Amino acid sequence: MDTIIHGVQGFMYPNEMELQWSILIVLYPFLTGLVAGAFILASLERVFNVEAVKPTYRLSLLTALAFLLVSPLSLQLHLGHPERSIEMYLTPNTSSAMAMFGFIYLWYLMAVLLLEIWLDYRKEIVLMARSGTGVRRWIYKALTLGSDNISERSLEIDNKVGKFITVIGIPSAFLLHGYVGFIFGSVKANPWWSTPVMPIVFLFSAMVSGIALVLLVYMLVSWFQNLKIDMDCVDTIARYLLYAFLIDFSLEMLDLIHRIYEADESFQSLDFMVHTRLYTSQVLIQIVLGTVVPIALLAFVQLVRLSEKARKGLYVLAAGLTLVGIFAMRWNVVIGGQLFSKSFLGYTTYKMEFATREGLLPTILLLILPFVILWVLVKLLPPWPKESGVEKA
Amino acid sequence: MRELFKDKEHLVRVAALAVAGFLVFLLAKARLVPAGFGAYGHFRAGALDDNRARPLVFAGRQAGADCHEDIVKARHGSKHAAIGCETCHGPLEKHAADPSALTPERPDQRDLCLGCHHENAARPAFIRQVNPQDHGEPGPCTACHKAHHPEMEEPAPAAGAVVGTAADPHGAPPAQPAQEVKQ
Amino acid sequence: MSPTRREFLAQSGKFLLLTGAAALAFDQILAGKPEEASNYKLTNHWWGMIIDIEKCIGCGACVRADKAENDVPRQPYYFRTWVERYHVPPVDLQHPETESLPEVDSPNGGYDGFTEKYRRGDGSKNFFVPKLCNHCAHSPCVQVCPVGATFESPDGTVLVDTKYCMGCRYCVQACPYGCRYIHPVTHVVDKCSLCYHRITKGLTTACCEACPTGARRLADLKNPDDPVHEFLRTHTIQVLKPQMATGSKMFYHGLDGSVR
Repeated sequence: MDTIIHGVQGFMYPNEMELQWSILIVLYPFLTGLVAGAFILASLERVFNVEAVKPTYRLSLLTALAFLLVSPLSLQLHLGHPERSIEMYLTPNTSSAMAMFGFIYLWYLMAVLLLEIWLDYRKEIVLMARSGTGVRRWIYKALTLGSDNISERSLEIDNKVGKFITVIGIPSAFLLHGYVGFIFGSVKANPWWSTPVMPIVFLFSAMVSGIALVLLVYMLVSWFQNLKIDMDCVDTIARYLLYAFLIDFSLEMLDLIHRIYEADESFQSLDFMVHTRLYTSQVLIQIVLGTVVPIALLAFVQLVRLSEKARKGLYVLAAGLTLVGIFAMRWNVVIGGQLFSKSFLGYTTYKMEFATREGLLPTILLLILPFVILWVLVKLLPPWPKESGVEKA
Repeated sequence: MRELFKDKEHLVRVAALAVAGFLVFLLAKARLVPAGFGAYGHFRAGALDDNRARPLVFAGRQAGADCHEDIVKARHGSKHAAIGCETCHGPLEKHAADPSALTPERPDQRDLCLGCHHENAARPAFIRQVNPQDHGEPGPCTACHKAHHPEMEEPAPAAGAVVGTAADPHGAPPAQPAQEVKQ
Repeated sequence: MSPTRREFLAQSGKFLLLTGAAALAFDQILAGKPEEASNYKLTNHWWGMIIDIEKCIGCGACVRADKAENDVPRQPYYFRTWVERYHVPPVDLQHPETESLPEVDSPNGGYDGFTEKYRRGDGSKNFFVPKLCNHCAHSPCVQVCPVGATFESPDGTVLVDTKYCMGCRYCVQACPYGCRYIHPVTHVVDKCSLCYHRITKGLTTACCEACPTGARRLADLKNPDDPVHEFLRTHTIQVLKPQMATGSKMFYHGLDGSVR
């Protein structure tokens, strides 16, 4: 306990010295951001008929589902009384962004993602329920919801309904992650968070991270399953990543320039924080390594003709750096917002522990868990049917 | 009817599942929302009672005055009359409820006084302040000042003057043991 | 009509019927008002407090009394109320254009008082500022609580329902005054309750009771005989962070502009 006081510089209100929201709360927007981004990439194909990214359609949906299932766990580990979290659904306070978000999350999971995945895979599910054996057969049977009809007409209807859901799904995905931004952006007590541009910044950084993730996952899964990578697909994804990045970067720079120009009462304190305690994570990791370098790499690929191998390598590097950069962005928002005093006269430090409920270890495990779930999902609902002829030569 | 749902019956199953889920949710809500929620606003009305039900720890100055009339008289005219008994004597609800159950201890006769009266640049001038090294060391303060009526006969120092400085020398206390301050 | 639309209508019809049924069921939930204490009527009171900076001597009696009365953890940074000491340096005659920030400290919240750190007569301005929950009429913490575990009572206090709080800490983030903390044992939020258990019995708060100089005085704004009305009329009054428009009911007299 005393160590926290030793980490305080200047004056902080006595109750402010210990951080309230830990790395688990950094993880949460990171994970839900990946969901929103992956979904929007999937919807590019479905709604805007971007044929090139079709190979990643199903994989994007499964990735979104895997991450969506894991993200509430980070919240549950953080809550003082997770057994009471159901209260958010029983007696939601309609003025609370956090409460309303519970319903948006539920809507998105049930009415959008699960339904869309089910409709797209229904034919394979029914086929595997008919032909499968043992436990697997029962799983597929349950997933059919008792319907055995995969006639042309029923699949046509599925396709129409699926398209409709994707159309609703796009604003739902926007709402999903924009809302998380609003949870921070609406806190007038905290000048680092309080800005109307926060939901939009969160949304675009979500899209950037989601697209980067799908790019990486597609290349990794293809490599694992010995499938040929569709270069047209990854080239298109990389282009969309660049566009999203440029918008995201512009928005963040706009916020920064606005702050520096207006220089309100909080500016001196925040400026000092960015130059000292937040320098490594904000300037070095988020801005330089996580934004400027990936943008440069992706722009380079657009401007210069490169071989397939070179492009793949650069894409992997850019996507990896992007994910690190977006994680750093979440860190800088959540942790950064708690490092300075609301009196603007002092700073504290974040003492992250390792093997405690809100420590680094559970965070690492929660970052690995979605990939485990994704592996199970890919086994259960293969994104690319074996007869599609995409085997490597 | 058959024609209507031909090839769509799987969607109807989904809809039915959704409706069933919604009903389960409503049932859960009816059972789990605590009684009295929403009676006065968006909160559990019982929370008002919970907050009201905390035990008292401080009795309050009226409780002291009710039993200790003699002290009230002794403090009459003193600046200390405005101070609650428990500020110096500590929380005494237990004593007020049953005097024999808890006999209050005599408060500290130096550090407690200095807690308010020690010279401090941030302290406003209306309160008499001393530097103990120049005034009455090693104490106790009650050697000269009656705690319930600390004002002494000689003319009071000017407001803001720190007692014990060149402006108002006071010297060492008389050489006698600490008096029992009974009044 | 295309099949999809027909299907949609059938589904929405079901939905509307069920919502009606649900609404009826809901009314049953809102039954059961608690008994009010026999002579305390919620609607007769609107609580606040006057804090007179010119009278605060920084003795810390209020902090000690509050921790005793409300069983606040004794560790150094859990406080329902605390006292801050401000040291505003004089204008730097060599460089008057530089803005000098106040030096503020609150050693253990003022629990053990303040040891002398500054000298009189060096041209600086020094004073104490007691702080506590502002029991805002437009409370940002109540606004963000997802479940209704913190609330504005009808008599003007902001209270916590410790049996309902799930410990998400959103309210702690939303409070501009830093007056909330998470209790290390119960893992729910805690903060000044304006000694609700005392004021509803006609007593004053523990901090006001303990204050030797009358720097803190409980006020009932709905009581026409309460001295607060005359005080507000005859003194210059400020609230902390007025730009946040929280509707704070802690009325400070003598609050310097340097106070954060």
